[in-house]
Amino acid sequence: MNLPRRDFLKSGGALIIGFSLRESLLGQSHLDANSRPPIPGPPDAKQIDTWLAIHADNTATIFIGFAELGQGNSTALLQVAAEELDLDMSQLKTVRLDTSITPNQGGTYSSASIQRGGPQVRTAAAEARQALLQMASKNLNAPIDRLTVAKGVVSVNNNSAQSITYGALVGDKPFHLAFTGTAPVKTPAEFKVVGKRVVRNDIPDKVSGKYVYMQHVRVSEMLHGRVVRPRGQSAYGVGAKVLSVDEASIRNIPGARLIHKGDFIGVVAENEWDAVRAAAKLKVTWDMTPSLPGSAGLFESMRNAKSTDRVVVERGDIGIFGNAPHVVAKTAYHGPYQAHAPFGPNCALADVTADSAVVKCSTQDVYGTRNKLSAMLGMPPEKVRVQYYEGSGTYGHSCYDDVALASAILSQGAGKPVRLQFMRWDEHGWDNYGPAHVGEVRAAADAAGKIVAYEYHGWQHSWTLLETSEQLAYNKPGAEWPGSGAQGVNANALGGMYKIPNVRIVNHQISGAGYLKGGWLRSPLDLSFAFASEQAIDQLAYMLKMDPYEFRKSNIVDERWMGVLDAAAKAANWRPRRAAPARSAKVVRGHGIGLGTHLASYGGAVAEIEINKENGKIAIKHLYGAIDAGLVVNPAFVENQISGQLVQTASRMLKEEVTLSTTNVTSLDWNSYPILRFEECPEVTPVVVQRLDRKSSGAGEEVMAAAAAAIGNAFFDATGVRMREYPLTPARVLTALKQN
Amino acid sequence: MPGEVRIKVNEKSWKINSAPDTPLLYVLMNELQLQGPRFGCGLAQCGSCSVLVNGIETRSCVTPVSAVRDKSITTLEGLPAWYAAQKKLAKAPDLHPIQQAMIDEQAVQCGYCFNGMMIKASELLSKTPQPDEAQIRTAMNGHLCRCGTYPRVIKAIQRASRTMMAEVAR
Repeated sequence: MNLPRRDFLKSGGALIIGFSLRESLLGQSHLDANSRPPIPGPPDAKQIDTWLAIHADNTATIFIGFAELGQGNSTALLQVAAEELDLDMSQLKTVRLDTSITPNQGGTYSSASIQRGGPQVRTAAAEARQALLQMASKNLNAPIDRLTVAKGVVSVNNNSAQSITYGALVGDKPFHLAFTGTAPVKTPAEFKVVGKRVVRNDIPDKVSGKYVYMQHVRVSEMLHGRVVRPRGQSAYGVGAKVLSVDEASIRNIPGARLIHKGDFIGVVAENEWDAVRAAAKLKVTWDMTPSLPGSAGLFESMRNAKSTDRVVVERGDIGIFGNAPHVVAKTAYHGPYQAHAPFGPNCALADVTADSAVVKCSTQDVYGTRNKLSAMLGMPPEKVRVQYYEGSGTYGHSCYDDVALASAILSQGAGKPVRLQFMRWDEHGWDNYGPAHVGEVRAAADAAGKIVAYEYHGWQHSWTLLETSEQLAYNKPGAEWPGSGAQGVNANALGGMYKIPNVRIVNHQISGAGYLKGGWLRSPLDLSFAFASEQAIDQLAYMLKMDPYEFRKSNIVDERWMGVLDAAAKAANWRPRRAAPARSAKVVRGHGIGLGTHLASYGGAVAEIEINKENGKIAIKHLYGAIDAGLVVNPAFVENQISGQLVQTASRMLKEEVTLSTTNVTSLDWNSYPILRFEECPEVTPVVVQRLDRKSSGAGEEVMAAAAAAIGNAFFDATGVRMREYPLTPARVLTALKQN
Repeated sequence: MPGEVRIKVNEKSWKINSAPDTPLLYVLMNELQLQGPRFGCGLAQCGSCSVLVNGIETRSCVTPVSAVRDKSITTLEGLPAWYAAQKKLAKAPDLHPIQQAMIDEQAVQCGYCFNGMMIKASELLSKTPQPDEAQIRTAMNGHLCRCGTYPRVIKAIQRASRTMMAEVAR
């Protein structure tokens, strides 16, 4: 495309205004939304100007649609842009996500910022560079193929006397170019910034205290709000039913006001402590009719529930199970409900007027939350503006949407902006939990060590579609996601890493109405899948008297699965072994290996654990985790992600379990829902298997399943006992050891 | 009565408008508009709201503001000056060594718990300049992190310890 210079001059009406260099952006916290005039609705993704702006001072702003969650993607996506634009990282900044400012790239889900967002940012930047070179060619009167670019300075044959900056070419004026996605992008051999260990731009402000988290945001005229709900949710289909509210019970707290809509109850006050006290004092009687199976009856209830069955994979003939001579491993496994439990409970600030709404919150998807608000408030989406402020790590669908909706209801009721901070028990008790899972696996191998048949049946309910606040305020019936994709069993995670001729995988979806609210929790269901499936694979190796690493190798054909398995084994200095029979020592040690994934990438892990057979306590000594996520834009960030995944997996495998009575959830804080602490934390070794020639895929979840499996297998290695249910609490360990 | 409590935060004296039974955390967040201490559980279980009170790590979410009158409160924002005073440095550095070490180790993920991590670590290092790993784990055990940054926090504390020892040696 050849754009005459005069067209650029003509288009001088500034679409982009008001940039100040001093706003140099760190993370996505600093910039206010004034960097671009707000427009109603998503900026047009088919325009280059939607993706980036070049400023007169030869810097650029990249507008990206992915949320910084502490994973570093706001830096990594700038690396991608810097690479294609030939700009230095110090010349780039980005802005806060805002439905009136930033493009709709879909939510920050599935660890896909780089997988989905990278190519868009990359091609937009490449196309802008192409246009800039065309302008420079005219300006410098030299053909494009003689131009070179460094730090946004275009030169003829590297001659600084014959050069012009991007800023001088287009400074603060729009490109007015359609984004075609056709510009050539750089090859890995040309990379200068991508693949490099650039440091995170959000960390300095996070350690100094300057970083603005959602919980810090205040606006004038604002009230503080709290919600009042039963401590711990009942069955999803039930919601919470108010029998009576005694408004007089908070009369002695001046300024506190009840907001009551349907079964939604909240309080607002000018002073935050008054709101906290009022929420605690308000007398509400709830209908607490038993609606749940309780922790003790959970898995039996799920296994016996009416299910919608779907054959996900049917290959070959699993009738082969009946044929000798094969070894067969066959067991049922249980995985608990687990909570997102963000370290700081979710917070939102809403200003709802008669015909518009502005909501600040920590959503992973500003557009998705806008649509939920729009539907609930009955306002057209373009009248609803959602702005993202980072909160504490969310690891999936925690209560960020619910708190956003609840703050809007409170603001509407109070007629003022309301900042709503969920309390610890709101977040722990009304989460969209990672669903519990029952898995039944059967696997067979022949005497030569080849896996010949594999069968998996999985029972779980899907994710809830309706947020609690909307359910309570508007008395809407619960609805659920269809149960496909990551909501049920899948062929990748379950045996998909091995070459198996005869496979049958069946999803048994149960209704969530009589259970807890469900949602995507980091690596959804994968820990449960791997805990079941990879223990069965391990058991085959044991039965064949083979080393579990070698057994896996002999059944893998995909070089990428082989790559992560080898990388984890090498990091751990794996020694061939066959699981020990039950030993009499008081403290026993074991090593385990496992594979796992979440949808796209490849994860391998090794665990070294120690078990005290007298008190049932497990100490995970060391976890090694390897991820192949294709082209890794910043290996340091992925290493940090792997470390976090390994520690969080240790926590989820040893400690985390949502508990429930027959009326409600009973794990409501860090005592009743304990997580891993410093003294229990294993050493971790992260390994990035870099593949510059492969497409980037997610790297924030994929090693968790592998590590969960490795922990289960290490337990067997040490004790000769298979754990069938996690978390591996001392009580559960002692029971299992006694039974064997 | 509101207005009767005075507190000293980061070496500055404040007359507090909040009721005396108000937890210190809400005073620091809303009246003083500080961003270091932050709400995590309100139950003294997690360490998100930690501040130093006369050099002792204290959970501000369960400490009434009236309980800290006449005491010296240091928040994350005041750590560099607190460190300078302890070490008798002529000028406060931009960051306390533990803050710099968190950057150097790229220890942070979401960073929400790091207020408490750095407050507790600075208390530890002030009492035990060269803690071994077991001492670090024990001291930090009451501070939770959901992102799984513990291993890097341990490394950062070790690094800060080295920095501080080098400063003493100079």
